[in-house]
Amino acid sequence: MNALSSRGALADQAGAGPDTDIDTMPALELCALSKRYTLGGGLFKRGRALQAVSEVSLAIPRGQVMGLVGESGCGKSTLAKMLLGLATPSAGEVRVDGRPLGDAGQKALARHIQPIFQDPYSSLNPRKRVAAIVELPLRVHGIGTPRERAQRVAETLDLVGLPQRAAAQFPGQLSGGQRQRVAIARALIMRPDIVICDEPTSALDVSVQAQILNLLLDLKQEFGLTYLFISHDLAVVEHLVDRVAVMYLGRIVEEGSRKQIFAAPRHPYTQALLASALTPEPGLGVPDIGLGDVMPDPSNPPSGCAFHPRCPKAQALCRESRPTLTAETTGVSRAACHFASA
Amino acid sequence: MTVSTSTTSRASRAPAAGGRARALSEVPLPPTAWSRVTRKVFGHRGLAIGLAIGLVCVGLAVLIALFAPLLAPHDPYFQDISNRMVPPVWHDKGSWTHVLGTDKLGRDYLSRLIYGTRISLTIGLVAALISGVIGTTLGVLAGYFGGRVDAFISYIITTRLAMPVVLVALALASLTGGSLTTVIVLLGLLLWDRFAVVSRSVTQQLRDAEYVYAARTLGCSLPYILVREVLPNIAGALIVVITLEMAHAILLEATLSFLGMGVQPPLPSWGLMVAEGKAYMFFQPWVIAIPGVALFVLVLAINLLGDGLRDLNAPGGRH
Repeated sequence: MNALSSRGALADQAGAGPDTDIDTMPALELCALSKRYTLGGGLFKRGRALQAVSEVSLAIPRGQVMGLVGESGCGKSTLAKMLLGLATPSAGEVRVDGRPLGDAGQKALARHIQPIFQDPYSSLNPRKRVAAIVELPLRVHGIGTPRERAQRVAETLDLVGLPQRAAAQFPGQLSGGQRQRVAIARALIMRPDIVICDEPTSALDVSVQAQILNLLLDLKQEFGLTYLFISHDLAVVEHLVDRVAVMYLGRIVEEGSRKQIFAAPRHPYTQALLASALTPEPGLGVPDIGLGDVMPDPSNPPSGCAFHPRCPKAQALCRESRPTLTAETTGVSRAACHFASA
Repeated sequence: MTVSTSTTSRASRAPAAGGRARALSEVPLPPTAWSRVTRKVFGHRGLAIGLAIGLVCVGLAVLIALFAPLLAPHDPYFQDISNRMVPPVWHDKGSWTHVLGTDKLGRDYLSRLIYGTRISLTIGLVAALISGVIGTTLGVLAGYFGGRVDAFISYIITTRLAMPVVLVALALASLTGGSLTTVIVLLGLLLWDRFAVVSRSVTQQLRDAEYVYAARTLGCSLPYILVREVLPNIAGALIVVITLEMAHAILLEATLSFLGMGVQPPLPSWGLMVAEGKAYMFFQPWVIAIPGVALFVLVLAINLLGDGLRDLNAPGGRH
């Protein structure tokens, strides 16, 4: 157990440094994070650039849940990949507890940030037993003896509400909800500070979704976790998050508290997104929100405000200059629109 | 797991003993691990019967190869010129001393066939393993990294595919001189293409699996990810390729030996036996028919085994 608790001591040290104040310092901070891919380049021709994520700045306070919403293809998952170290940012940096993670290495990153992936059918190796899957983080990081690790695996399975006999089973023998619990156990066994949830419930049945969401909330309370919760399901987001960031074509277009975003969205895109949410009322069908066009090609973005071809409020100014988010990341409410509602 | 399911199945069988035993016995019981295996081997589907046949034939071949000295009635190298070309036992002039007759030098055909099993299996197994290591390494690297690594390795694979195996093997064997070792090494170095192609395409699919991402986020080393996360999941596909290439190697050995560039006499290789018998095939057709049938059965059995293993090996209930 010694090796296990020394990890906690390390975190305490880091948090209680002389110039850091744990209450104001965001747990996770993204500073002008950008990712550019090159498409279809060959030996002799240059590929087109695709700006998947552009200058995203976000700050997530410790112990809070930040929801990240947007259409598919808007760069949510690329952002998650950069936070997890699966993709290197083209520009900008990620800070954990105020310290940049740029050169810390994958293992150091893994101790702070852990993922819960979307599809529990693909996130667990079908050839490994649950115990081996959950134990893997400890083994890779050389934490504890085999006996301590087994103990820790048993505790963690208990924590996520799995029976002990699940440890000897293969993922193929578990249901979708149970698999997602295994994935959560794997993410939490290292006691990370931050968990990146990339649509953790969208592959599950509605009845199971609620259980998993409640489990995530309970675990957050118990361990003081900070979540970045990526989703396109606004109902789930409303249930879970403290703050919401709305992404469109690689940029954050609006950020604010849950109450403000859901009650009084300021950006036309957020308004449209909220209007597009399906009501449980049958017979109403898919609401028509008058956006018309599909999302523009991210490798050839529109001039000015990226949203102007679909925006009901667009004017000449929107085609020429791009509205910016206000710089400070901890403010109450930010919207990147020339004509944002107050 | 096994214990718990077998108790539930016993529990559900218990009331059946009371009354309508027959009707209840037709209700499918929750399968135990073992019953799932047996059902797959002997049950419902033709392919599983194929697996059983393949398993039995290959198992027999392995046993024959292992216990060749005990099974062979005669010394396979002993020449008896006075007893040349004795026909097999079902023939009018056949006798039980030489069940499958003798060849042109009076050597016992059955004994040579039995010892030939050793050569065929050794060549098949070792050549398939060598090519498996080469091909899988190249294929997994190409599939996992993609980009330039993939372009380079794909170029090597294409180059290899453009070479006619028999011609290259013949040319190299005639340069180095044919021998058992030469044949094994040559075939091992030539037959890796299918391993590379298959493992490359399967790895490409797995590269973006979320469990590979999960391992990467944890900071697992590259060898760990490739060997422990990717390899077990492409093993099913590779087992099929191994059996294909084993059969392929056995056939190619026979071809090379037939052409005189493979295993050299007096070793009792099946291909060599066909080659030595070809002068007599019009009047004593059994001389080539017997080793030919042996080759056919062994190759077919290995292929059946491979197909069946692939089905068994698929992880159950993935979706």
